[in-house]
Amino acid sequence: MLYAILCYHDEDFVGSWTKEQDAAVMKKLAVVQDKLKKQGRLGPVARLLPTTSATTLRKDDPPVVLDGPYAETKEQLLGFYLVDCGNLDEAVDVARDLGAANPGGAYEIRPVGLFQPGGEPT
Amino acid sequence: MTDTAWIDAALSSARPQAVGALLRYFRNLDTAEEAFQNACLRALKSWPQNGPPRDPAAWLIMVGRNVAIDEVRRSRKQAPLPEDEAISDLDDAEERLAERLDGSHYRDDILRLLFICCHPELPATQQIALALRVVSGLTVKQIARAFLVSEAAMEQRITRAKARVGDADVPFETPGAVERAERLSAVAAMIYLIFNEGYSAGGDTAEIRGPLCEEAIRLARLLLRLFQGEPEIMGLTALLLLQHARAVARFDADGALVLLDDQDRGLWNQPMIAEGLALIDKAMRHRRSGPYQIQAAIAALHARAATPEETDWTQIDLLYGALEIMQPSPVVTLNRAVAVSKVRGAEAALEMIEPLSSRLSNYFHYFGVRGAFLMQLGRNEEARMAFDRAIALANTSAEAAHIRMHLDRLMRDSAPRDAEAGK
Repeated sequence: MLYAILCYHDEDFVGSWTKEQDAAVMKKLAVVQDKLKKQGRLGPVARLLPTTSATTLRKDDPPVVLDGPYAETKEQLLGFYLVDCGNLDEAVDVARDLGAANPGGAYEIRPVGLFQPGGEPT
Repeated sequence: MTDTAWIDAALSSARPQAVGALLRYFRNLDTAEEAFQNACLRALKSWPQNGPPRDPAAWLIMVGRNVAIDEVRRSRKQAPLPEDEAISDLDDAEERLAERLDGSHYRDDILRLLFICCHPELPATQQIALALRVVSGLTVKQIARAFLVSEAAMEQRITRAKARVGDADVPFETPGAVERAERLSAVAAMIYLIFNEGYSAGGDTAEIRGPLCEEAIRLARLLLRLFQGEPEIMGLTALLLLQHARAVARFDADGALVLLDDQDRGLWNQPMIAEGLALIDKAMRHRRSGPYQIQAAIAALHARAATPEETDWTQIDLLYGALEIMQPSPVVTLNRAVAVSKVRGAEAALEMIEPLSSRLSNYFHYFGVRGAFLMQLGRNEEARMAFDRAIALANTSAEAAHIRMHLDRLMRDSAPRDAEAGK
């Protein structure tokens, strides 16, 4: 089953990393990702731009376009992984590995209901 | 990250909100800063054992207030006759302590904290130093390094700035809409000053001063998160990102300035450009134009061009035209003339900057640009005079070196002709 691992973290905190700290975290995460990739289990991975670049469309009638992210929370959705796992335990293990590489914040693990891979956007 | 690095990062990201709230409680910058320092010391003891609190800023505000109040209570016992003022202030604070920590003020707390650094009587350099110390929490040593002055001199500068701010009357009530807009625009200008302090550094000091650009971007993002729907703050943030995206390409290995046309565009930071472009897109939807948005749009046109030849100079000329109307300044006209030279030729551009000569008679870039136009027109002797004047006015060695390169080119161009003539 495919699981989405949604990355939540305090954006201020992540934003205060220096270039070097950021690169170090990314390097550690790459190790975990490479392992999953070799096993053929890694789907798309995305790191989102800061929530200041977000726009929200509320599906009212008529729809309303608002500046900013959907939820004003202490921690923000900063990115996600899609990983193929046999069961929830395996998905939690993957999240644990990712968490060890990048401590702090939280991962929300959600089974994927429908996945349309699409092509590589150009 | 090392084991304690996460604490440093958490403390520094919580700082603006925490110091801002403590300032509202104590109404005194020194007391607020001291309370925050004390709270940080407690955090360094408590967090490694207990883990980080759910909301670090709220934790620091609460602890900072408690410690400060405890201290005054203690000194009250030691000194039986404290100043009346101190007592009344404290009673006030104690009463509020009973209230639940209210998060709704934090937007105006942070804005106020930034705003007091923009006191109109403070010269620009003091505003910047104060903001970096108070809001960003850089050490005096770090700030002194960025300004290339001694630590003692910077310490004095900040102390003086604080004294001036302390005398000023900053209203602590929640600001009204007009007042808030005024504060926002003053703070935006100050953030842009911080950025320019880093951006205008020469190649020899870019490494030391570059972090000022990053700090300015951090503050701009912070401001934008607080005021999500402000197109000018989107524009400011976009402008800083798009300019800073070119940082690595702006200097060569010897620290000499590399002009936009000659930069290796492969070195430009694409994620930063993507973020800048996304912000301009958002800002434009509001249809409330402003100087930051226009400057960001100009920077975006450069960023979008894969090669210098693909630059949309016609559009840049139009944008500078709009900026001239909004914010008339000889420097804007000078910048517009560069676009005009690409669209309509050096002759037209030269004509455009001729009336600026008296107002920009001490401005390095005026003579650099003028020399370049004259050189394009083959008026080499006049070009050489303009370049000589530019070198005399250069602010950094990188600027001077860049003009010298032009002069060398002039010499080279004329030398073979002379040689041929001699044959």
